[in-house]
Amino acid sequence: MVSQFIRGVGHNSLGLLAEAGGVWQLAVASVDCLFVGPFHGDRIRIRPTILLIVKAGYNSLSLSSLIALLAGMIMALQSAQQLGEVGAISLMPNLVASSIIRELAPLLTAIIVAGRFGSAIAAELGTMKVSQEIDALTVMGIHPISFLVVPRLLALAISLPCLVIFSDLVGIFGGLMIAVGVLKLGATGYMISTFDALQLQDVATGLVKSLIFAVIIGLISCRQGLKTQGGAEQVGRATTASVVHSIILIIAADLFVTAIFYLKG
Amino acid sequence: MTQTTPLIEARGLIKSYRGRRIIDQLDLTVNHGETLVILGASGSGKSTLLRCLTGLERPDAGSVHIQGVDIFADDQEAIASLRCRMGMAFQGGALFESMTLAENINLPLSEFTRLPVSTRQIITRIKLGMVGLEDAMDLFPSQISGGMRKRAALARALALDPEMLFFDEPSAGLDPVASAGLDLLILQLKEVFQVTLVMVTHELASAFSIADRLALMHEGRFLVVGSTADVKKSKDPIVRRFLERIPAKALEGSNFYQRFTESAGDSRAVPEVNNE
Repeated sequence: MVSQFIRGVGHNSLGLLAEAGGVWQLAVASVDCLFVGPFHGDRIRIRPTILLIVKAGYNSLSLSSLIALLAGMIMALQSAQQLGEVGAISLMPNLVASSIIRELAPLLTAIIVAGRFGSAIAAELGTMKVSQEIDALTVMGIHPISFLVVPRLLALAISLPCLVIFSDLVGIFGGLMIAVGVLKLGATGYMISTFDALQLQDVATGLVKSLIFAVIIGLISCRQGLKTQGGAEQVGRATTASVVHSIILIIAADLFVTAIFYLKG
Repeated sequence: MTQTTPLIEARGLIKSYRGRRIIDQLDLTVNHGETLVILGASGSGKSTLLRCLTGLERPDAGSVHIQGVDIFADDQEAIASLRCRMGMAFQGGALFESMTLAENINLPLSEFTRLPVSTRQIITRIKLGMVGLEDAMDLFPSQISGGMRKRAALARALALDPEMLFFDEPSAGLDPVASAGLDLLILQLKEVFQVTLVMVTHELASAFSIADRLALMHEGRFLVVGSTADVKKSKDPIVRRFLERIPAKALEGSNFYQRFTESAGDSRAVPEVNNE
């Protein structure tokens, strides 16, 4: 029983290491294609990247906005209840804004994009792999990472920070709606308190996080898609794995970045 | 490079999957302008061999040189230049599903040439016209039949006027008429473009109608390599069985039952099978 458990832990650890190695290799190859490739005649594909920005960003905009709005409203209600008990309701705009901008907007938006766009990447690349489309690219001499992975990474790195900025604004608006509609606070006062409380570092924290989350979603989804073998069932597994692994790593990275910014003061 | 040097030369190829040897010490040469057909039953290793020859699969041992370039070496520029002179038609077509047929054919042209868009459009139309798909250029792969997919894949493989073409089971899944039509098309294209062809198939009719030279594979090795006449004359029992379409001896009912119960962990005695 114990030996079986140890074997299981060992097996899973080796699998995790292999996976980490695969993601690392993909990251190195992508960086090579993005920054070294252009000096060797390889080009960055602008048109597919723009189309993917639309897919990743514009198509996720309504959902991420809705979630940000609801999160802002929830934060306002929760903080009003807690702060009201100690007579510090005036700090509510500050609390809502900093939690939305530093934490909730980047995290929730990244999870939505991982679910919508990350899963689509894994399914698309997985299907291309099993139907030999990626082999066809290789035989033609078209580097699959340059052709498929780099545009997706770029699209995510551009669209996710933009989505996060929009979610920040919508989230603050959600807090404002509750402040004005439910708590009967003044809108101007709320906004002045919000902007007074915000610092550049808050926005920077959110944007740095969103950029890291974009890279995580892109690498994990592309890796899952490209390593797919077999048939439709494996494509389904790759899709699920891309979302699950992305969310776990996003939350872990969130903790890591938050800790760094906290320690830096 | 002189024309006497083989175009493709593979030496000592070995490839194993999970401890099972799929290709076993194979040597192969393909000369300029020649059509080599690799025949063999399913699982004989012929598709793996083709993947090794095209650089899609790295062998465990051995080398593959095409026009003198080691396709598994690190000279990426030489390999990239070589790939522009290669075309491959995959078993299922491997057309890009998100692109129309015209976009599929245009892709290698836009990647490797600096031709203006209008010229690329003309070339695309010509290539699709050559395989009889000029009217289907705006359709997506999912909107066309299996035979049309194979022809479109052939048109894409021909996009850059390659010097060598690789085919993986071109006739698989096609009805006999479509299959014969595709064979005829391949022969016509070979005559027009003077390309070197390497084709993997298990279809005897296709193989004998297209090949200059045949290689029959069995369990990762060549049993016979030679002209169609040489292969037809072969006395090797496996070659004879393959050419005369004689099935392997069927399992007896009792043997089958025994294997079935043993694999299921059932230790019951094997019942006698009534063969009457």
